[in-house]
Amino acid sequence: MPSYSFTVNGEAVTVDAPADLPTLWALRDKLGITGPKYGCGIDVCKACTSHLDGEAFNPCVTPIADVEGSEITTIEGLADGDTLHPVQEAWLDMDVAQCGYCQPGQIMAAVALLNRTSNPTDEEIDAIENVCRCGTYFRIREAIKQAARNM
Amino acid sequence: MPGSTTERPKGGQHRTVQPSLRDSTFGKVLSRPVGRRRFLAYVVAGSTLTIAAKFGVDTFTAGDASAQIPSPPQLLDIQDLGDVLILAGKPTEHLVRLEITDEGRAVLELPRAEVGQGLTTAFAMLVAEELDLPLEMVEVTLADARPELLFNQLTGGSNSVRSMYGPVRAAAAAARSRLLAAAQELWGAAPEDLFTQAGKVLNKDARTAGFSSLTALAAAMPVDRIVAQPKDPSEFTLVGTPTRRKDARAIVTGKQVYTLDLDIPGATPTMVRRPPTVLGTVESVLNESEVRAMPGIIDIAVVPTGVAVLAETFGQALDGKNALQVEWGGGSIDGRNDEDIKQELRAATLPAAVPPLLGGLEEEFDFAFVSHAPLETNCAIADVREDSAEIWSGMKSPIVAQETISLELGIPHDNIKLHVMQAGGSFGRRLYWDGAIEAAHISKATGRVVKLMWSRIDDMRHGRMRVRTHHNIRATFAAGNVLSFEHRVATPVTDWSHGLGEILTSIGAQLPGGNLTFTETVFTLTVKMPYNFGATTQLILETPTKMNTAAWRGVYSPNTRGAEEIMVDEIAASLGKDPFEFRMEHLKEDSYREVLSKVAEVGNWGRSMPAGHAQGIAFHEEYRSCTACLVELDATDPQNPRVTKAVIAGNYGLPINPMGLKAQLLGGLTDAISTTLTAGLHIEDGLPLEGSYSQFHYARQKDTPTDVEIFILPGDRDTPGGAGELGVSAPVGAIANAYARATGTKPRSFPIIFPVDFEPFPR
Repeated sequence: MPSYSFTVNGEAVTVDAPADLPTLWALRDKLGITGPKYGCGIDVCKACTSHLDGEAFNPCVTPIADVEGSEITTIEGLADGDTLHPVQEAWLDMDVAQCGYCQPGQIMAAVALLNRTSNPTDEEIDAIENVCRCGTYFRIREAIKQAARNM
Repeated sequence: MPGSTTERPKGGQHRTVQPSLRDSTFGKVLSRPVGRRRFLAYVVAGSTLTIAAKFGVDTFTAGDASAQIPSPPQLLDIQDLGDVLILAGKPTEHLVRLEITDEGRAVLELPRAEVGQGLTTAFAMLVAEELDLPLEMVEVTLADARPELLFNQLTGGSNSVRSMYGPVRAAAAAARSRLLAAAQELWGAAPEDLFTQAGKVLNKDARTAGFSSLTALAAAMPVDRIVAQPKDPSEFTLVGTPTRRKDARAIVTGKQVYTLDLDIPGATPTMVRRPPTVLGTVESVLNESEVRAMPGIIDIAVVPTGVAVLAETFGQALDGKNALQVEWGGGSIDGRNDEDIKQELRAATLPAAVPPLLGGLEEEFDFAFVSHAPLETNCAIADVREDSAEIWSGMKSPIVAQETISLELGIPHDNIKLHVMQAGGSFGRRLYWDGAIEAAHISKATGRVVKLMWSRIDDMRHGRMRVRTHHNIRATFAAGNVLSFEHRVATPVTDWSHGLGEILTSIGAQLPGGNLTFTETVFTLTVKMPYNFGATTQLILETPTKMNTAAWRGVYSPNTRGAEEIMVDEIAASLGKDPFEFRMEHLKEDSYREVLSKVAEVGNWGRSMPAGHAQGIAFHEEYRSCTACLVELDATDPQNPRVTKAVIAGNYGLPINPMGLKAQLLGGLTDAISTTLTAGLHIEDGLPLEGSYSQFHYARQKDTPTDVEIFILPGDRDTPGGAGELGVSAPVGAIANAYARATGTKPRSFPIIFPVDFEPFPR
């Protein structure tokens, strides 16, 4: 079985897996990194949203072979030790989460947006497609705007 | 006054011990009548202070250990479903456990499920309030299945805070009183010199003792020292203030543990290949050896619901599941589709009784099937051995789950340990234990620890759904008054086989006629007419179409009350009245008018809107709470409408956590936007076509308003009303009414925009 080396949250890892194994299962089933969630497996719910070399990506449809040599950041790697990322802080302030299952992906999508633009418009926030089945969208929007002010 | 040892705080923190008032120790029960109620508390054996509390009406005594099966309730006696559930839980609620640890923390073991509704935070607030303990020192855990709780471990009917408000406060008050009595003993102090603050007992003479130093002594105090009277709501300092979720930090850092995040040794990723039609069966597996030879495949087993594939990773289990060739037996609705189910319902709808007189309206409405679609699909971990089992899953009725698993697997239920996990959403779905029992069957069949996950496609097609409904509403009016209002509803069977959460009422619901009795009872106890509309009747009938169904947030109310709110607008128009003014004239209660006028005022009801835009307004009352909603909607493109603004007000009688209540109303709004405008399931040849969020159009960020204002009104009672389901129905009416006004149409079929705009996944 081939093996693939990459870094996750700053740590170098090597995984033995078939080339087409979605990275989500390498993270969850082989590395025990459970922040990225399964919600659809076909890149439509976006619950697994994480970062690949600084850009948002969806590990549920990214074969493990494609992340060889790359740098992955999951929700677990977003904070600096006990110091939360401003987006996480804004999520706490706005009390966004309900069931919480989609929120790691929502936060990673918001961070990617704020990395691209420091003051996102409503239209840019609308473009985030992550499903929140609890319907917390308005609080997500408010939290992104607050994080933008604080960053 | 944190840190002060010399001044007494105001209000709630000022407590004294009155020796004449008592609790009980080890089964010797004493009590103090307070009005019509009595408070009973028990110390449970242990090295720390552990309290079990009962807060029963005075007809119940300590001898009422055995619970009775509630009869179908009489409306004259009981007003709503919540009251029935509270009553059902009464005989066992003394078993609520609260421990004060030797670190001075309070740990409440809550016999309810947390699925995102914020229960653990609300109950932590109640405990912190009664104990005068900082909120961060309170922990709320979810209890395993506890069959001795009978009817008191069901999370549903927006009932958890309503039913547990009394017992949890009683337990905390008893604990606090024992801590005070312990300090009194330790210092030889006069009871009136002692009070509690910030996790300590304080003496007027400046001495202090942390709860941690008192817990052992408090557990051993003689019973005649103790008073256990919860605070009067007027003394609350924390309860009623906006409070953030206790689990929020774990969630935003990815540390919140859901079922599939558990690290159970040996737990093997497992998925199930399911039949091409609802409730289909397995005849035979045609290529088992081929699939077994695929990379990573560990085992394959046929179970009642399909063919299970176990693998090293879920990715490989999914590949194996997809590669299986299976000969399938028939299901319960093979060959059937939406249209014939709709016609069946239409034919089954009971006739209205009052003939149309001088003026009247008679209209029909249809609402499609809707998936619960929680983001976490059905899942469970099961370790079934020869004569025992241990199972982890998000479950709202764990007792009946345990009893059903016991019956199906032939394992004594005492030997089945069922852990209730915090779940990624429910909306009614997790009233059922579909994942838990399936994982148990697979574990038994393979002898392995099974980590079962449903695919999204399966979850949407073979998971449960809200039933399609057909409505016929006839209203008659004359001289500006509504004379009669008759509403007839027909639906396929909604599965109520969870009963009241345990096996006896579960079996009752499964007997011939038993499910319809549940349906009628739930309908009658949840759907109410808030307007004075003369002779009013609301009736429901079920057709025997058997599918995977379950109550969906709000049960019958979102459709039933939603359709009624559309009719209210149309009656108002017929009578030449403004929809808001008309509602104000006909609402039955001042508290109803209060929420409605709040949203009309803040939302600037009646302001002029550009062409293609409109406002809509509606009201809803249930579970002793009420809400109104005003929306603005842009339907410039009628096929792509967007709610641009919402103003919502809620009155809960006694709000526990306004921030959490606002969250529930926001969620209800999003549910209403989705199910009114775009989200539903098409049934074709015995199976829903929709298989993921790209096809089942639940709202995304771009579909929701950029301007939302929510108000929690102070309320005027000393008990809380229901919260979890309240928020859906009023926005359904408001959005439909806004759409009607913006487009000049009369919406009758929901969701309004409902094409099959996708290529369905293979079956």
